[in-house]
Amino acid sequence: MRKTEGQGEAETDGFAEETARACEGGAGDGSEGLDARLVVVRGSFRLDVTLTARPGEVVALLGPNGAGKTTALRALAGLAPLSPGAGGRLRLDGVPLERMPPESRPVGVVFQDYLLFPHLTALDNVAFGPRCRGASRSEARAEAAEWLARLGLAEHAGARPRRLSGGQAQRVALARALATRPRLLLLDEPLAALDARTRLEVRAELRRRLAEFEAVAVLVTHDPLDAMVLADRLVVVEDGRVVQEGPPADIARRPRTDYIARLVGLNLYRGEAEGHTVRLLGGGPSITTTEELSGPAFVAFPPGAVTLHSERPVGASARNLWRCEVTGLETHADQVRADLTGELRVLADLTTLSAAQLDLRPGVTVWATVKATQTHAYPG
Amino acid sequence: MSPSSPVPAGVEGGPAGSARGRRARPAGGGRERPTGGGRRAGAPLPLLLPALVGILFLLLPLLALLIRAPWRDLPDQLTSAQVWQALRLSLLSATAATALSLALGVPLAWLLARTDFPGRGLLRALVTLPLVLPPVVGGVALLLALGRNGVVGQWLDAWFGITLPFTTTGVVLAETFVAMPFLVISVEGTLRAADPRYEEAAATLGASRFTAFRRVTLPLIAPGVLAGAVLAWARALGEFGATITFAGNFPGRTQTMPLAVYLALQNDPAAAIALSLVLLAVSVAVLAALRDRWLTAS
Repeated sequence: MRKTEGQGEAETDGFAEETARACEGGAGDGSEGLDARLVVVRGSFRLDVTLTARPGEVVALLGPNGAGKTTALRALAGLAPLSPGAGGRLRLDGVPLERMPPESRPVGVVFQDYLLFPHLTALDNVAFGPRCRGASRSEARAEAAEWLARLGLAEHAGARPRRLSGGQAQRVALARALATRPRLLLLDEPLAALDARTRLEVRAELRRRLAEFEAVAVLVTHDPLDAMVLADRLVVVEDGRVVQEGPPADIARRPRTDYIARLVGLNLYRGEAEGHTVRLLGGGPSITTTEELSGPAFVAFPPGAVTLHSERPVGASARNLWRCEVTGLETHADQVRADLTGELRVLADLTTLSAAQLDLRPGVTVWATVKATQTHAYPG
Repeated sequence: MSPSSPVPAGVEGGPAGSARGRRARPAGGGRERPTGGGRRAGAPLPLLLPALVGILFLLLPLLALLIRAPWRDLPDQLTSAQVWQALRLSLLSATAATALSLALGVPLAWLLARTDFPGRGLLRALVTLPLVLPPVVGGVALLLALGRNGVVGQWLDAWFGITLPFTTTGVVLAETFVAMPFLVISVEGTLRAADPRYEEAAATLGASRFTAFRRVTLPLIAPGVLAGAVLAWARALGEFGATITFAGNFPGRTQTMPLAVYLALQNDPAAAIALSLVLLAVSVAVLAALRDRWLTAS
């Protein structure tokens, strides 16, 4: 616990930090930030996720329910042990944490439903951490009041958690986690407990807070928008493994699994590229692209790039022409999303008017075209 | 007992809640069972008769106590030195037994609810055995363990000169032996219902398990602990078998109210009734204190 405090102080002062690190000598390997390989085996489920982050970086673990995101978070916090002998490691600023109990780790957690202590006021909730780390009651309270003021909650200091709104409770939870001056901040589905309207507001504010935070922040979410807005880097986890990672824009442009493609709203195909043509796997049709590639490749295009025709277009210049059957229709605002199967399984967006003119109904046969310039091909 | 505590389900609302439930029931009756409509009016005779006899059987003795109470002499009876002595000893020893039960029983309940070790189920069964054990047997067992020649008692006597049987301390021990399991069961149930993730949240804030227990869990389960304590206290107050076996029946030292009642019945029935009324009043008070917890359980 003492080490934690030392780090907490050092963090406020770059020079002190340097000195502290120099004095520590061989204790750490000098590398800043998070360096982890989280291996947790539970029955037939195996989580094996490598996670690194520099101080100041916000990393989002994105994945479907049951992918192991929360297990990874609990492993980082020390609430779930790494499976012994499975090759896992966990270092924070060069200090190994594998064997450290959760109360000694310089890690703060914002839980999904916040878990604010219902019998304590907002102020005492925030003061809890400093108090546990050795501050006197008045010191802890003063520090807590400062944090609450910083997060715009000064007038709610005396309120019990059940009197707080969702957004306020979230900020108190954030203040409570930050008040321990963690070197690693973990957020479990930080916006999931909020209603849609509050969510927008809190998301923008949380983004500001996280951008200010000088140590590593890792957040877990199944919501791609939350992940893309809040994080500098996404780590997509499916079935206990990392399937893709990179900056949000990159992931949104070049998804590599069906799950991510669905999340970012793209049609995604896997195939073998040869020049401007990608021959899809499993004997599917080919897609003509503008990029020139060879070898395994992905092709992605948005549903809005698909044009539908009731008759086969005559003299069609579009090389990407497929005969499909409508299997489902869904409306999004003024758009209709058509789910098509046939030569190619594809999602198409069109206006309500076009949908009416085409007389789209499940079972109807249509011709779908996509311009090569609207597709995006990249190595697989 | 704060009715706003999140922990025990069904605590909130109290009598008002149950009244609301009763009123609401006929409205939803149609959805329940085909016989729902005739449910309230037409209880079949084979059920109604025994039920009425049962009510009578439970209430008649209490009624008799009230009818035969020497109301005129009551003030004198209750202010007699013997009654006061017994009452004082009873309240004192029951309170001490409750304190001891809290000190040992709450940690024990935590151990049973929050940790996992081989034989936990067996331990739980053994610990709660006094719930079903005839108290006299408990008294005999205590004598064999802590009596002057008991398994442990002989060493207490030889090394420290401590004698437990037939002392006020013995009364407290006998009552604790019988009452503590009630507290353990009550607190363990509350602990199991409480969300253990609050303890995890405390841990991530730097709290050791003990600090988390003291500053987070204990306040959260306070209503359950209080209910368990009241239950244990009531049980200790009425304890007879283990007390008379282990601690004897010495006025002023080990003669508690129930013992005094039993003794008085032999030579001064009026005093016995007066003492009984006091215990009845205490019981009713306890029931009133716990009404939120139990009367809404149906």
